[in-house]
Amino acid sequence: MTEKKIRVLIAKPGLDGHDRGAKVVARAMRDDGMEVIYSGLRQTPEMISEAALQEDVDVVGLSILSGAHNALVPQIIKKVRDNGQTNVVIFLGGIIPEDDIQGLLDAGIFKVYGPGTDTRLVCKEIREAVQAAAMAD
Amino acid sequence: MPLIDDLRKGSRLALSRVLTKVENASPAGQAALDELFPYTGKAHKIGITGPPGSGKSTLVNTIARELRLSEPTARVAIIAVDPTSPFTGGAILGDRVRMQALQNDPMVFIRSMASRGALGGLATSTQALSQVFDAAGYEYILIETVGAGQSEVDIVNLAHTTVVVDIPGLGDDIQSIKAGILEIADILAVNKADHPGADQSARYLRSMIEMGHRPSSSQYGKHTLREWKENQETEPEMEADSSWLPPVVKTIATDGTGIAELVNQVKNHRAWLKETGNWEEKDAFILREVVKKMVIASLVNKFETEVPPEEIERILNEVIKRIVSPSKATEQLLAYNRNSTNSQLSE
Repeated sequence: MTEKKIRVLIAKPGLDGHDRGAKVVARAMRDDGMEVIYSGLRQTPEMISEAALQEDVDVVGLSILSGAHNALVPQIIKKVRDNGQTNVVIFLGGIIPEDDIQGLLDAGIFKVYGPGTDTRLVCKEIREAVQAAAMAD
Repeated sequence: MPLIDDLRKGSRLALSRVLTKVENASPAGQAALDELFPYTGKAHKIGITGPPGSGKSTLVNTIARELRLSEPTARVAIIAVDPTSPFTGGAILGDRVRMQALQNDPMVFIRSMASRGALGGLATSTQALSQVFDAAGYEYILIETVGAGQSEVDIVNLAHTTVVVDIPGLGDDIQSIKAGILEIADILAVNKADHPGADQSARYLRSMIEMGHRPSSSQYGKHTLREWKENQETEPEMEADSSWLPPVVKTIATDGTGIAELVNQVKNHRAWLKETGNWEEKDAFILREVVKKMVIASLVNKFETEVPPEEIERILNEVIKRIVSPSKATEQLLAYNRNSTNSQLSE
């Protein structure tokens, strides 16, 4: 039996077209041995929750630089949970003002990773979170 | 298994979870496959293969859309395989990026797969995943291979219809008569047909196909005695038992040019398979391959669990010292295996 691979969906909700950050994180997670599905730009919350469902991912990473995070993130979390994917770890990256972070964490985001975060830290923490979620299952 | 009941009732979450278990080849996944097997055998499996960057994903996207438009009640599954890094075991699965137009269609289910070290253009469990979709009631299953070179031809062991995607400028007529990927095509698509050289590529491919097939009288007149005789007696039946001549379709996946014709040819091929009895033959061939692969895999597994590593190491060392030849070493190792199997059987 093969070791259980961690499957990740990296998605860009909203209207900004800057996906360099998303690609850097996707690449880092690939190099960490994960299977990373990249969704492409300008995804609606429905498209993201649908992709997460079809791909049966363990992790969803969102990248938002448009400032629409307070509107989009809670919708995405709700849709993913409503689909029955209660254990999926959802994290956020991009340009997120300090003042908004606590609200997003309260909404169910695992972590917010801003610019300059060491990608090795991201991979390590996500791995641990997935293991913890699997235990809780 | 309750998960299977939910899947059969149409739960997409259950389907997705079963796909994961099957992909990971877990005992639960194997049990699920066993339970689902009686429901399989209905779907039309269509393989899409071709070199990296030839537009397979975009083509799959437009084919799926065309299938959905022409048959609004049909459900379409897509299995898209991308390569796993040989160094880290990780993968970037980027085929969904080209399939945005399908993401809001509840009748379409897209699943990305990493090849996980398998060669041949597919992952080891791609076949198993297609069985799950089949049992879940998906009428069409589109299987997109890893970007293929000349010999990634595993898709023929799985698909009823294989579409090989070529692009202009990849080579001359010598490339097109080589063995390998072009040989497995039931349909050839020359994608990016707006690029220079598309007509020439299509011409090379057509002449390759014509070289390999006995021309049918309807296309080339009465060339051979056999056909002439058949023609005299039963003119209309000529078409029915004629062999399949792979059509060459020029497409531009990004704007949809040629897609309707491509999908028509896919349906023609299906009709031809059904009329000629090749559908059943293909199905039998596919299942034979499945069992064969499983037997080999379990033999290897048995070998690895039954022959102690020290024994393998000992014999390997004799090979390295050139005392024993590789073929003799293999004999010894297999003999060891057989003995231990026999003793187990007699218990």
